[in-house]
Amino acid sequence: MNQIIAQPVAAQAVTEQEGAIIRLSQAHAGQRGVIVDVRADDTNHGHGVAVEELQRRLLEFGFVEGAFVEVLHEGAIGHDPIAVRLDDMRVALRRRDAADVLLRLDGHSA
Amino acid sequence: MSEAVLPATRVALVGNPNSGKTALFNALTGSRQKVANYAGVTVERKEGQAHTADGRTLYVLDLPGTYSLRARSPDEEVTRDAVLGRLAGEQSPDVLICVADATNLRLVLRLILELKQVGRPMVLALNMYDIAQRQGLRIDLDSLSRDLGCPIVTTVATRKRGIEDLVAKVDELARSGALSQDNAWTAPDASDIRSAHREAQRILKAYVRPPEHPDTLTGKVDAVLLHPVAGLAILFSLLFLMFQAVFSWAGPPQDLIEAGFGALGQLVGAVLPDGLLKSLIVDGAIAGIGSVLVFLPQILILFFFIILLEDFGYMARAAFLMDRIMGGAGLHGRAFIPLLSSFACAIPGIMSARVIDAKRDRLTTILVAPLMTCSARIPVYTLIIGAFIPDRTVWGFASLQGLVMFGLYAAGILSALGVSFVTRRLFWRGAVEPFLMELPTYKAPSAENVARNLLLRASIFISRAGRIIFPLTIAIWVLSTFPGPPAGATGPAIDYSFAGRLGHLFQPLLAPIGFNWQMTVALIPGFAAREVAVAALGTVYAVADAENATGALGSTLATHWSLATALSFLAWYVFAPQCASTLAVVKRETNSWLWPAVMFVYMTALAYIAAFAVYQTAAAFGAG
Repeated sequence: MNQIIAQPVAAQAVTEQEGAIIRLSQAHAGQRGVIVDVRADDTNHGHGVAVEELQRRLLEFGFVEGAFVEVLHEGAIGHDPIAVRLDDMRVALRRRDAADVLLRLDGHSA
Repeated sequence: MSEAVLPATRVALVGNPNSGKTALFNALTGSRQKVANYAGVTVERKEGQAHTADGRTLYVLDLPGTYSLRARSPDEEVTRDAVLGRLAGEQSPDVLICVADATNLRLVLRLILELKQVGRPMVLALNMYDIAQRQGLRIDLDSLSRDLGCPIVTTVATRKRGIEDLVAKVDELARSGALSQDNAWTAPDASDIRSAHREAQRILKAYVRPPEHPDTLTGKVDAVLLHPVAGLAILFSLLFLMFQAVFSWAGPPQDLIEAGFGALGQLVGAVLPDGLLKSLIVDGAIAGIGSVLVFLPQILILFFFIILLEDFGYMARAAFLMDRIMGGAGLHGRAFIPLLSSFACAIPGIMSARVIDAKRDRLTTILVAPLMTCSARIPVYTLIIGAFIPDRTVWGFASLQGLVMFGLYAAGILSALGVSFVTRRLFWRGAVEPFLMELPTYKAPSAENVARNLLLRASIFISRAGRIIFPLTIAIWVLSTFPGPPAGATGPAIDYSFAGRLGHLFQPLLAPIGFNWQMTVALIPGFAAREVAVAALGTVYAVADAENATGALGSTLATHWSLATALSFLAWYVFAPQCASTLAVVKRETNSWLWPAVMFVYMTALAYIAAFAVYQTAAAFGAG
């Protein structure tokens, strides 16, 4: 299992860099990368389900380590929710539910 | 073994949502289908029959789509329990058919791995195989079948290709005496899901060569339909078109249904002698059924659009576009479809709230659905607006009457958003369920499937009208008829009935909102369907044929009511709790009397408060 320790990176300059690890909830349209970790530790929840349950749902949809993700579209208000390409399918999710998905950006980020 | 002693085979269809499972079910069973509910839950149970080449029967059960046996919604629980043979009142399936979209195998492979643990004989149907071939996707069927340990059949459900082959394979498996092995399935945890994904990845890599011409259409269409500005503009244009269609196309057939039931009533009335039986059949049964069936054209037109957009793959996009807008009020993006349906009638709206898998979100949606202005309120609105709001133009272009109508619709929508916001705070303490949704690839809808689905919706609505709404209208007829007026009575008969007495009893309560006793009495038959209140007002004011001659009733009301009273009545009808059918459907859908009770209480309270505020304000301005 991946145990990469990702700093929650906020600075926009850093997130643009190739190889930087960011939360999917922070990614913007055009950014893509490979998932390196799917966690169950989002502390600012208020989700209707436990974080472990959210993690299982993300995994079931195919948000697994090694999967390819690209943010395709963003909603009109607050850039939320997001539509992503996840390997060969398309998935829509809210940013708040995407915080525990960490991805390593690849070089082609727009 | 002779054919006769071999019992019929029970088959269950399992698969991801959007895998064409329902189309395959239709192709397998044709018109030999039965739709009901599973015992104790309001999940639709669809069963049909297929026949093998030598005439043996397969009973095919269409289970709700799921990504995992680890159920998250009532629908998915049914799938899990049916597959495991734990569903009360259901026999265990002999053979499972796992339906897969051949162009999107990754997630279904993980489901197949779970299904294999269950240990039942299984056939994999690779559906939409024509699209896979067109994309140049190569699947090594023999090796995949060997690796998965189950036969594979390629199908194109919409063109009925591969169906005979599938039936033959299922039959072969059932006859081979392949028995269910012990169930080794347990709910997977995070690491199980991860390793299942790795296994799925290995299988994909070994036997599936990626498409040479992958689908690029979906991406191109999404660039427009999911665009933050253009996407919303298209969505709202579609909505506008739908409303135009619902209210203009439905007019002629509605008139026909009304005229038909009117003629039927007259015909029966002419044959039967005067008396209670005639009143029961004509005023109770025929008028009651007619007042509900008159909404059938609107409901069909609305569902036509919804099914078409759903099959095309657009509804998930609509939910994406609306999620944040509705999320501000604490609603799920998927609540969009049920709330939209509620503009025709809250009943199909509440029924379609089943698409929301999160229980709290579904309940919130059900609770606010009746606040959407259903078409049963329209006759009431037109009557009062026509009688009291002057027909003049304001700001140079807008009709004042139209503005009031628009205002009433807007008041309904805003109060729905407000109530859902409060519900979220009050009942769910701000907890928000996750929103995760596949955006399926776009597909051309098949005319046959749209027609079949539409027929299904129509038959569900009609049978519901028969089983729930009909007894209610009879009950309300009894209330409004008994006891009859004493000999020599001068007032309208309803005044002496239970309904009339109730009206007089409650009148002091409704006096602060400006309702007189006639209005209070009219509210009671209005429980059958909101627009019946118009006919009831006609009865108490002794205006014959009030529903067809609103002009005559309107002028009567204009002389009896003050403007403040009329406005108060409109405000009451924005909320108008009295729709027995809606309450009955909520009881069925939530399996509890709690939620219809909550709904009735909050809607009555809002109706009273709104009517009170409007009446007192208008009276203070001298309109009392």
